[in-house]
Amino acid sequence: MSDIQERISQLCPSATFEEGETLMVNVEEKDWYGLAKALKETKGLEFDVLSAVIGMDWKESLGVIYYLTSTSRGWEMIAVKVQVTDRVNPMIHSVSDLWKVANFQEREVYDFYGIKFINHPDMRRFFLRNDWKGYPLRKDYDADPKLNPIPTEDEKNEDDTVSYVEGKDGKIKAVPGKVFEENDYVVNIGPQHPSTHGVMRFRAAVDGETVKKVDVVSGYIHRGIEKLCEGLTYPQALHFTDRMDYMSAHQNRHCLCMCIEKAMGLEVPRRAQVIRVMMDELMRISSHLLSFGCTAMDLGATTAFFYGFREREMVLDIFEKTCGARMSMNYNVIGGVIADIHPDFVKDVKELIRIMPERLKEYHKVFSGNIIAMNRLKKVGHLSKEDAINYDITGPSGRGSNWSCDCRKVHPYSIYSELDFEEVLLDGCDSYSRYMVRMKEIEQSCKILEQLVDRIPEGDIRAQVPKVIKLPKGRWYQQVEASRGTFGVYIESTGEKNPYRLHFQSPCFNLVGVMNLTCSGYMIADLITIGAALDFVIPDIDR
Amino acid sequence: MFNFGIWTSEFNNFLMGFLPDWLTVVVECVIIALLVLLTYTVLALFYILYERKLCAWFQCRLGPMRVGKWGVLQVFADMFKILIKELISLKDTDRFLFKLAPYIVITSSVVMLACLPWGNGLQIIDYNIGIFFILAVSSVGVLGILLAGWASNNKYTLIGAMRSGAQMISYEVSLGLALITIVVFAGTMNINELVWEQESAWFIFRGHIPAIIAFLIYIVAATAETNRGPFDLPEAEHELTAGYHTEYSGIHFGFFYLAEYLNLFIVSGIATLMFLGGWMPLHIPGWDGFNNVMNWIPSIVWFIGKSFFISYVIIWFKWTFPRVRIDQMLSFEWKYLMPLSLANLVLMAVCVALGWHF
Repeated sequence: MSDIQERISQLCPSATFEEGETLMVNVEEKDWYGLAKALKETKGLEFDVLSAVIGMDWKESLGVIYYLTSTSRGWEMIAVKVQVTDRVNPMIHSVSDLWKVANFQEREVYDFYGIKFINHPDMRRFFLRNDWKGYPLRKDYDADPKLNPIPTEDEKNEDDTVSYVEGKDGKIKAVPGKVFEENDYVVNIGPQHPSTHGVMRFRAAVDGETVKKVDVVSGYIHRGIEKLCEGLTYPQALHFTDRMDYMSAHQNRHCLCMCIEKAMGLEVPRRAQVIRVMMDELMRISSHLLSFGCTAMDLGATTAFFYGFREREMVLDIFEKTCGARMSMNYNVIGGVIADIHPDFVKDVKELIRIMPERLKEYHKVFSGNIIAMNRLKKVGHLSKEDAINYDITGPSGRGSNWSCDCRKVHPYSIYSELDFEEVLLDGCDSYSRYMVRMKEIEQSCKILEQLVDRIPEGDIRAQVPKVIKLPKGRWYQQVEASRGTFGVYIESTGEKNPYRLHFQSPCFNLVGVMNLTCSGYMIADLITIGAALDFVIPDIDR
Repeated sequence: MFNFGIWTSEFNNFLMGFLPDWLTVVVECVIIALLVLLTYTVLALFYILYERKLCAWFQCRLGPMRVGKWGVLQVFADMFKILIKELISLKDTDRFLFKLAPYIVITSSVVMLACLPWGNGLQIIDYNIGIFFILAVSSVGVLGILLAGWASNNKYTLIGAMRSGAQMISYEVSLGLALITIVVFAGTMNINELVWEQESAWFIFRGHIPAIIAFLIYIVAATAETNRGPFDLPEAEHELTAGYHTEYSGIHFGFFYLAEYLNLFIVSGIATLMFLGGWMPLHIPGWDGFNNVMNWIPSIVWFIGKSFFISYVIIWFKWTFPRVRIDQMLSFEWKYLMPLSLANLVLMAVCVALGWHF
């Protein structure tokens, strides 16, 4: 760790350091872009992944915390903190040209904190309307409904964008621009559309049937979870995680629980650990089955959809018996799980493991092996490994581009380091690879379940936790492998019983970030295929 | 074989007995028009249920079960629902063309229905160019779809209509060539004669290899002609919400819906007529006893049964295959299907010229 610190001090003498869970580098705004470039490009540092961009409001200053990861050096992570004291017109240099993933992430920060990013190509709001007054995640935000009445008219000027360009003399001037060219034939896909898997809107400029550019318009179901969490206690904040990516409910909640447990220094009983991991893997199977079904349905093969759902029912039945719900299970709690497993749990899981291999064969027969399906999926939506890393596309989509990014392998958590499973990697870089990675991950999840199902240890399902949970002063970042990629939770605590800042770094947010890259040059029908194979879940984007 | 023509001519004589000639023709026309429309509706309703039940069984479901025994009355409930729905008129559309489009689509399919030979003596129009007429009328339907897509003033419908135009015009070529292959073999375009030609054995057996190839080409092209999966691009609901009929509601939408199902029956009926003997029972040359037993089954049952079977096959692959993409679909037609049908036509001509057939 100190080695890194030394090298950063050489690169940027004005940087100060905070020790903590990860090394935190405090850097002044004027030095930030230079340091970022050095961190990414200097040999021996090579922080090639921007894992999280977290907007912050420390009352006396606004700022951004960047979590950087270096894949070539054992996924080492550092955090960089950039602050500005100007609350009226805060500006920070954009790093969206270094890490493309920052493009949407910085728009989100701009939307919620009003921090303008210099040299960002498209500085529009991401979730809220252009005419929204105020920046909701600022601590002094006025939530008076009179300021932002329910609009009765369409949003105006949605094609207008602006870029804050720094001139040679250091002066920053706003350069207005347009999202689409004047004569573009723009087809609106969503927000109410059968194939956007939720309330998502894409605006696609098409030339005949060929897509030229895709503009992502998000925020139709944004619930402001991060803001809500700031007013709630930690146990109360837990239930939101099930409502973000509802297909990764267990993993997401596992992540938040682990982050809180890490902060409290709480040891989770072995039985709870095993149950949590089994639930995570069941969730993954259920999610990948849904993804299989939806991909098939988006391609017009409705029957395959029902086959996927048939097996998914079994997983949901297991959840229903143990958790009491089929969706939004609210199962993990701080220190363990809320209830013990149902007596049928072991039997049901064994039955699922028994039938899955033959059912997977059936899926391949009816869909994956079909010549039409292969023609529709193969060589569609090319995403190279470099782009996957640069856009931080984790999960099955990243592994379909041959990027080894499985959090269970690179940052083992819970009991994953003891388990024997393979990380599925395919090098097709297309929709078919992403789809096949999911199908193979179902097999791997079954393998994990098989190892655990007979070895659930006796013991407590929950550690003793105090009635009122207070975290010490500090900050923590925890990642897990959710069904769709690396899910991260950032907690900043001031020692109170509610978080000062709780940020969720969702994988789907990055997935929509590559829609323009992967869809350009393909056809309208491919846009649907690519969306289905990337498999984003909208509530995870609109947190 | 029972000839239904006896009944119809008796009825004709009965009317002639007390009505002047011109009035007889008028009365008969009205009765036939009513019969055709009634058949049309009943068949469409049956087909909706047929497809819903079949697709449910393919998908490990039961399908409609609540209204009536096994859900048989569900389609009637749906029909009344669609009849009483509001016809929503939209801003900035071409009102006249918008309303005209569904009628063009449904008219073309009713006219085609009227040409089919239902049984021995049960045929409404019998031209000497019958099959040619059917092909000609079937191309009118695409006009309605294009108009619907254009007049709706919606981007989805326009893309759907463009796809439909490209698709139907392309696949019409293969469809026509497949039928012409059989016309070459039969030497006639008259529907009645076509059926009688198959008295000794159906064309698919008599024409052997070229006839079987033509049959397969026909099934593929006919699926594309009726906009059914895997060629349902004009209304690909996962891409274009509902394609060309996105903006239609009530009975106007119902017309598109009915026409789609009826076209499925019609293309199956044409396949039956051209390849499987029309209403002609299954005859095997030399097996007179067997042939006589087959003759006992009424010809109308043969026709409807065979048509339903072909529809079953088409429905089967709709619910199995994913949808193709527009460029794949067009290249499939122009690069593979059409050259194959041309080659097949030559093969058939050689077979006919050299007498290599049964």
